[in-house]
Amino acid sequence: MKEITVTVNGEQHTASVEARTLLVHFIRETLNLTGTHIGCDTSNCGACTILLDGKSVKSCTVLAVQANGKQIATVEGLAAGGELHPLQEGFKENHGLHCGFCTPGMLMRAVELLEKNPNPSEEEIRWGIAGNLCRCTGYNNIVKSIQYAAAKMRGDELPDTEPEFV
Amino acid sequence: MIKCKTSREIGGMGHPIKRKEDDRFIQGKGHYVDDIKLPGMLYMDIVRSPFAYAKILSINTEEALKVPGVVAVVTGKDLEKYNLHWMPTLMSDTQMVLPTDTVMYQSQEVAAVIATSKYAARDGREAVMVEYEPMTPVIDPFKALEPDAPVLRTDKEGKTDNHIWHWEAGDREATEKVFASADVVVKEQMHLPRLHVVSIETCGCVADYDKVNNHLTMYMTTQAPHAIRTVIALVAGHVGLTEEKIRVVSPDIGGGFGGKVPVYPGYVIAIAVSFLVGKPVKWIEDRSENLQADSFARDYHITVEMAATREGKILATRFKVLADHGYTDAAANPSKFPTGLFSIGTGSYNYDTAFMEADAVYTNKPPGGVAYRCSFRVTEAVHAIERITDRLAQEIGKDPAVLRLENFIKKEEFPWKSPTGWEYDSGDYHTGLQKAMKVIGYDALRKEQAEKRARGELMGIGISTFTEIVGAGPSRQFDILGIKMFDSAEIRVHPTGKAIARFGTKSQGQGHETTYAQIIAEELGIPAQHIQIEEGDTDTAPYGLGTYASRSTPTAGAAAAVAARKLREKAKKIAAYLLEVSEEDLEWEPGKFYVKGAPEKAKTIQEIVFAAYTNHPPGMEAGFEATHYYDPPNLTFPSGAYICVVDIDRETGEIKVRRFVAIDDCGNIINPMIVQGQVHGGLTQGLAPALYEALVYDEEGNILNGTLMDYLVPTAVESPHWETGHTITPSPHHPIGAKGVGESPTVGAPPAIANAVVDALSHLGVTHIDIPITPPKVWKILKEKGVV
Repeated sequence: MKEITVTVNGEQHTASVEARTLLVHFIRETLNLTGTHIGCDTSNCGACTILLDGKSVKSCTVLAVQANGKQIATVEGLAAGGELHPLQEGFKENHGLHCGFCTPGMLMRAVELLEKNPNPSEEEIRWGIAGNLCRCTGYNNIVKSIQYAAAKMRGDELPDTEPEFV
Repeated sequence: MIKCKTSREIGGMGHPIKRKEDDRFIQGKGHYVDDIKLPGMLYMDIVRSPFAYAKILSINTEEALKVPGVVAVVTGKDLEKYNLHWMPTLMSDTQMVLPTDTVMYQSQEVAAVIATSKYAARDGREAVMVEYEPMTPVIDPFKALEPDAPVLRTDKEGKTDNHIWHWEAGDREATEKVFASADVVVKEQMHLPRLHVVSIETCGCVADYDKVNNHLTMYMTTQAPHAIRTVIALVAGHVGLTEEKIRVVSPDIGGGFGGKVPVYPGYVIAIAVSFLVGKPVKWIEDRSENLQADSFARDYHITVEMAATREGKILATRFKVLADHGYTDAAANPSKFPTGLFSIGTGSYNYDTAFMEADAVYTNKPPGGVAYRCSFRVTEAVHAIERITDRLAQEIGKDPAVLRLENFIKKEEFPWKSPTGWEYDSGDYHTGLQKAMKVIGYDALRKEQAEKRARGELMGIGISTFTEIVGAGPSRQFDILGIKMFDSAEIRVHPTGKAIARFGTKSQGQGHETTYAQIIAEELGIPAQHIQIEEGDTDTAPYGLGTYASRSTPTAGAAAAVAARKLREKAKKIAAYLLEVSEEDLEWEPGKFYVKGAPEKAKTIQEIVFAAYTNHPPGMEAGFEATHYYDPPNLTFPSGAYICVVDIDRETGEIKVRRFVAIDDCGNIINPMIVQGQVHGGLTQGLAPALYEALVYDEEGNILNGTLMDYLVPTAVESPHWETGHTITPSPHHPIGAKGVGESPTVGAPPAIANAVVDALSHLGVTHIDIPITPPKVWKILKEKGVV
C-alpha cells in the first residue's frame, strides 16, 4: 500500500492505495465521486476524462499513485459557487446530452480544449473531442454546446439555442 | 412550422423546452448502477471461455479460493443443485446460466468469482483453472444447415439438426406468378453483419437479497424493469422468490439501444449468489465482455428480388433470409414474431404482391438478435428494399428519385394495406422526398456528378425513403412471454396543482422526464416544469413492457394523454360545481375552464385541483389521480426521406460523407429539440454499420475485434454535420397523433449511404457492396476495375 495526497476540486485528500489502483477507481470508489464514469477497458471511450494538473487525461489509464501531489478536477467541481460552468450551461441549452453517461468526460475534455483554443472552428472541436465517444447525440449538438460555451467565455453574444431545421 | 396550443410557460406539445433531467447529468449527479454502493457489498467477476466450442473437463477453484478477499467461486454444478443453471430466453428458447459440461461460444460465462473488492474478484478470476477439450465449432450459418453438420443443441431432446424455425409472410404462389411474367427482375444477395449496440455504459447489476424479509431488490441496467421482475419470479419462484418479494429498479441508464432488454447470465448468477450468501452482489461487465458476450444485433443473410415493368412500375418483391442466431435464440422480439417486424420490407411503394421467408440457425457464436436502435429487424428489411429499389433504377436506367416518386403510395391512399398484411396508418412520402431533394439541391448535384465522372472523379448520391413500423403493440398480436404489450401511465396531482406521473417505460436518454411532462401539460395546462416524471421502480410505477422499438411515445405517451383526459373530465365536473353552472356551459382552454360567453368566470386547473382535496362536489370521490393502461389499436408508421452525398478517393477508397439531409415524419412532435437530437444520434448509429462497424469471427469462432480498439464506433470526426428537418403527418389513431422517432434514422441511414457509394461506382458496373463499406473493400473494387 502507498500513501498518496491529492487535491481534488480544491480539497486535499490523503489515502493509502494499492500501487496498481487505477486513478478512476480511486476517484469513484475511495473518494465517492461517481460523476466520473467508466465506459471501456482500452482507453478509447473517454467517459473517465478528468483534469490532472489542468491537462485532460483518461483516468482509467493513470495509476492513482501517479497522481500523488497533483491537482485533480472532476465534473463535480465544475460549477463554481453554485453557478453552472459555461460548458454545463452550453450542454443543457443546446441538448448536448441524452443519456448523460459520456457527458462528464466530454465536459472535462472541452474545458482544456477551450483553454487552449478559445475560438475553435467546428472542425477543431470535432478533432478536439475525437477521444471521447458518444453513442446518443450524433455529436451535432455537442459541437453546438461547446461553441455556445466558447462564446460565453469570450463574452461574445450568445448563439441562438433553438433547434435549426432545414 | 410546428403549431403549439399552449403557452411556452405551460410548455405543452411542440415547445422545444430544455430537458428537465439535464441538471443532474451535467453536474455529475446522475445515478447509474455502478454508482450504487451498499453496506457489505460483494463484487463478482466472471471466468469466460477462450474456445467457441469445447467440453469442460474440470474447473479447479482451489487457487482462486486462496486469493485474499475471494469469498466463493460459483460454477454450473453449484447452480444445478438449485435448478438455476438454465434459464428461458425471451423467445422461449433455453440458455445456460453457467455450463455444467460444454461451452458453446467464445467468452461464454464459465464460472463466477465473488470477492470483497473488484480487484480481488479479478485476481480470483485469473486463478481459476479450467481444463477444456476443444471441439470443431460450427461458425458459418450456411454450413450449419448442411446434412453432415454436427448438431449443436444436444441438450434438446430429439434435435437432429441446427435449424431453429421457419417463417413466412405474403403469398408465395402469386409472387412466383408475377416474377415469371415480369419484364424486369433484379436480384441481390446481402449480409447485414453482426453489430453491437455499444451503449457507453455497459450492463450490470446489484442484487440485494434480504434473508430476514425474504425480499430481493435488483438494481439493474434494464430497459424493461417490470418484465424482468416477472421473469425473475418465473425462474426463481420455486426457491421462494415470488413476484411480490421482488423489486426491480432501473436507475439512470447510460444508453440502451436494445442491448439492455435481454436477461444476461451475469444477472442471474448475481441474484443466485446474493440469495445464497445473503449479501448484496455487484456485477459490472467490462467493455470487452460486453462486446464479446452480450446480445448482438442483425446477422441476417438476405436474398432480395424485385419484379417490375420495363417502365419501372414495381410489381412484386421476394425476400429469403438466413438468420444466424448463435447458440440460442435469445432475440428480443414479440412472441409471435420470430423475425420481428421484418415484413415491413415491402417498403413505401404501391404494389400488392410479395413473399418473404426466413430460416434461423444455431451456430457457435454468442446468442442475441436484439435491436441496434431499431425496432425488431426493420433495419434489415429496409436495407433490402431500399437497395433493391436502387438496383431496379440502375437496371432500367431511371433516376432513383424519379423511380421512387412514381411508385410511392399516395397520401390519399392511406390507410394502406401492405402485401404482408400491415395497415399503414398515414404518410406523405412525395412531400418528404421532394423536400429533401430541394434542400440538398438534387438536380445540381446530379449535374456536378456527371461533370466529375467525366473528369474521373468519384461522387455518389444515395436516397432512402423508408417506412418504419413502431409502437408495439396491439395486444391481439403482440406479447412478450405471454404478457401483452400495452403500456401505462399514472398521474397524481397534488393539492397545490403540481404533479407526479409514473410510467411502465424506462428512459435511457430519450428525455421522458421532459416529453411525458409536456404531454400532460398539453392536456391539463399544468406547466411541464411542475410535473415530475418517474420510471424504473417496479414498486411504484404501474406495470408496463418498457422502452425499446420506439414504443414509449406510441404506448406510454398515449396512456399519459388518456389518463390526463380522464382528469380533465373530472376537472370539468369540479369546475361546474364551483362556478355553479352545468358542464355543457363550460369551455376549456389550456389551464382553465371558463363559462361560455363569460370568460371572466373561470377556474384555473390549480383552483380545481385544490378543490378536489378541499371542497369537492358531494358524491364525488376526493383526490385528483388517474391511471391508464393503453392498448394501441394499431402500430404507427413513421417515415423518412434521406439523401446522402459521398466523395470517394480513387487512390485509397476512402469514403467521405459530404452532406446528409434527413427529412423525418414522426407525426405530431412533442418536443422538436428532442426529436432532432434523436434524429442526429440515430443517423450516427446508421452511419456506423454503413461504413465502420461489424463483429467479425474467424472460422474457429474467435472474435477478431472484441474491444473498442478495433470495433470502430464513429467519433465526432467521422460523423458529418447532419442536416435535419421534418414533415408532419399525424397518426390518425394515436391520441396525440404522434408516431415515435428514436429509431427511424438508424433504419433509414444505412441504405442511403450504401446507395450513394454504389451510385458513385455504378458506371463501373458495380451493383451492390455489403456494409460496412470500408476503404479496403472499395479499393479492391477500384483495383479490379482498373481505376487505381
